Amino acid sequence: MPQIVSANRLTDGIVVFLGQGDQWVENFRSAALLADKPALEAGLARAQDAVRANIVVEVAPMDVAETPHGLEPKHIRDRIRAEGPTVRLDHGKQAAHGA
Amino acid sequence: MALFKNGVEMDDAWRSLPDGEAAPASGHVIFPFDWWLEERGAFEGSNVPLGIRIEPGTDLNNIAADIKRFSVIALAFPKYGDGRAFSLARLLRERYGYKGELRAVGEVLSDQIQLMQRCGFDAFEVTDAITAKALRAGRIPGVTHFYQPSERTETPVGVRPWTRVSKA
Amino acid sequence: MYRYDEFDAAFVADRVAQFSDQVKRRLEGELTEDQFRPHRLMNGVYLQLHAYMLRIAVPYGTLSARQMRKLAFIAREFDKGYGHFTTRQNLQFNWPALKDIPAVLTHLAEVEMHAIQTSGNCIRNVTADHFAGAAADEIEDPRPYAEILRQWSSIHPEFTFLPRKFKLALTGAPADRAAIQVHDIGYQLTKNASGETGFIVYVGGGQGRTPMIAHKIKDFLPVGDLVAYTQAIVRVYNLDGRRDNKYKARIKILVHEMGLEKFMDAVEAEFAAMNKQELKLPQAEVERIQAYFAPPALPSKSVRSEALEARRATDKKFASFVENNVSPHKAPGHGVLTISLKAIGAIPGDASAEQMEAVADLAEKYAHDEIRVSHEQNLVLPHVALDDLPAIYDELVKHKLATANIGLISDIICCPGLDYCSLATARSIPVAQRISEHFGEGARAAEIGAMKIKISGCINACGHHHVGHIGILGLERKGVETYQITLGGSGDETCSLGDITGPGFSEHDIVGAIETIVDTYVAQRRGAGEDFLTAYRRLGMAPFKKALYERDKGADI
Repeated sequence: MPQIVSANRLTDGIVVFLGQGDQWVENFRSAALLADKPALEAGLARAQDAVRANIVVEVAPMDVAETPHGLEPKHIRDRIRAEGPTVRLDHGKQAAHGA
Repeated sequence: MALFKNGVEMDDAWRSLPDGEAAPASGHVIFPFDWWLEERGAFEGSNVPLGIRIEPGTDLNNIAADIKRFSVIALAFPKYGDGRAFSLARLLRERYGYKGELRAVGEVLSDQIQLMQRCGFDAFEVTDAITAKALRAGRIPGVTHFYQPSERTETPVGVRPWTRVSKA
Repeated sequence: MYRYDEFDAAFVADRVAQFSDQVKRRLEGELTEDQFRPHRLMNGVYLQLHAYMLRIAVPYGTLSARQMRKLAFIAREFDKGYGHFTTRQNLQFNWPALKDIPAVLTHLAEVEMHAIQTSGNCIRNVTADHFAGAAADEIEDPRPYAEILRQWSSIHPEFTFLPRKFKLALTGAPADRAAIQVHDIGYQLTKNASGETGFIVYVGGGQGRTPMIAHKIKDFLPVGDLVAYTQAIVRVYNLDGRRDNKYKARIKILVHEMGLEKFMDAVEAEFAAMNKQELKLPQAEVERIQAYFAPPALPSKSVRSEALEARRATDKKFASFVENNVSPHKAPGHGVLTISLKAIGAIPGDASAEQMEAVADLAEKYAHDEIRVSHEQNLVLPHVALDDLPAIYDELVKHKLATANIGLISDIICCPGLDYCSLATARSIPVAQRISEHFGEGARAAEIGAMKIKISGCINACGHHHVGHIGILGLERKGVETYQITLGGSGDETCSLGDITGPGFSEHDIVGAIETIVDTYVAQRRGAGEDFLTAYRRLGMAPFKKALYERDKGADI
């Protein structure tokens, strides 16, 4: 199953995703898709560099699935992290996506 | 490893006695707790300076009669989050009347030092580089107003009997 | 209410400076996350699913208008315009940036507030009866003692790294509105035969994955020994509480594993051996702190308010509001008003900055500048004249704060659940919203009567589900949210833990299951005078289980 790497940005705690190179992006759809185990391990290693550099905290891989609407986090917890609270659609990442 | 006592960095005149090594007659070693329980007879009547290391979870009653005999008691913080040694320190000072060196060993971090001092610690064995740096700079994070009596000499202030400030 | 003196202000300023320095060192990389975490936690800063969360202490749930306005200001300036009142009488902001938190704490300090010890393995914010100082059934206001314990426990050098968090709750009335029997220590004020005030002491209660009702360990603790005795209990816990497994680290497990008698012996031995003089509360000092909590000078009024009766006679909604949301006050012609943060379909405990300001205005204008936060996630104006209720009500209506549902089925306690919380296993808020919408605040809710539904989104039980008349626990099974139901719990003086009905229900079926339980109760009760809890205690689980699990087999419901 493809995965992406998530974390929280140190300064404001906002959920971010490992993009290309050492970039961190706010939209999970722009995250680097890690197709297999070696790719995931390399991604997690890059993420740990960012932890040591005090850029992010709480690194966690996220399972994603390819759907007709594009990439979607597989688990509900990750969907909520990636989009925002399901009870406040005006907050979180979903607020910007919806606009 | 650096040793700080009463705010001053100093050479450690003490060493921990490794398991299986015989105790030198001159003392100046810190015994593991179990060693002391088994071998204490060897020092019966002797007044050479001795130390003991106490791990959290130890019942102080087992060495109650010996406590005042030690020059150094090292209380271990296996992890900084393990706060049992704070209570052990207070018991040693308050209940057992221990007046010798009370040394914090293990994971000793700068942000806990003030709490340790207030519980009666006066010496800190430090391995964390940032903590050692802070201690050398005399920059120990803490507050100056307290809501409890402590083992330190602090100045009562205001009308509430429990309020204290750092001694100037 | 308590006002900081120079010492208190200096203490909080010290602490703000200390934590600001820690935040700075973290942002500069001098502290690692592992080293910083305990400090941020001890200052109420969590990292949640979407962002940091800041939990602000509202000691024993008491707030002034000025403090409430400051919370509204922080919500607007540093958050997203709202906050969440919790089951610990605190307020949580869901979106603050770490770099802004020192500024937020500085703002809080201006109004004598802070976030100290709202998290971490230390003595947490001390809670108390939200009707304290006002309720008609009270022996004495518990808040002066809560305040003394708050001070004594603040940055306690010995008790800042306990095996696990430690929660104290106090009540001054025999009717327990503070759920003291599900706290690590619960203190209930009482009088002995010679008329002296003291405490009944409960220890070892708690919810979470191993819920336990507290044991009474003392029938009468003289007031002067309150702090010393608390120290004895906490010291025994600090030395002997388990540290090998965080799920077994609360004092309730220690009491359970040691055995009550051995535990009590250990506490008594410690108490006997300690230097009590140092911690003895001088009566003069107790009285000085009590003076801060002196009830406001309420004008003498007759028991019956003509203004209230006139409006009640012509306005059904207002009449229902008075019936459900106003409780008896010590003083004739006055009432204790509970403002519901449970509008139908709303998020329980959430309040917008505008709502906070509206309540602050009302408190100032009509309620002697006092506001309370209840552990049931509502706000309380403890001292209102019945004559003023029509005007207060009209103002509340404008801000969607006039829902007449206190103690009814839609007055649901609910943790933030998986919508915000990183510990949660399932969402809890949407379930609360749907139950609230399903039953509404009309005739159906009135027919059901007193009903406490409490929902937690994980086994940690922040939503107090174990003591809900109906408790709902959200779990995850194979990636899907599922909801376990318990019945017959209660957090009051008749404290009991709910019984699990059986297999859980899907998110889709949970509201139907609650409906089934309610229908079964209504059908089998001995008239409307027998509330759900009483009926359950008489009927037991059997009829509910039958109704819940046999309906698929064609049983009619």
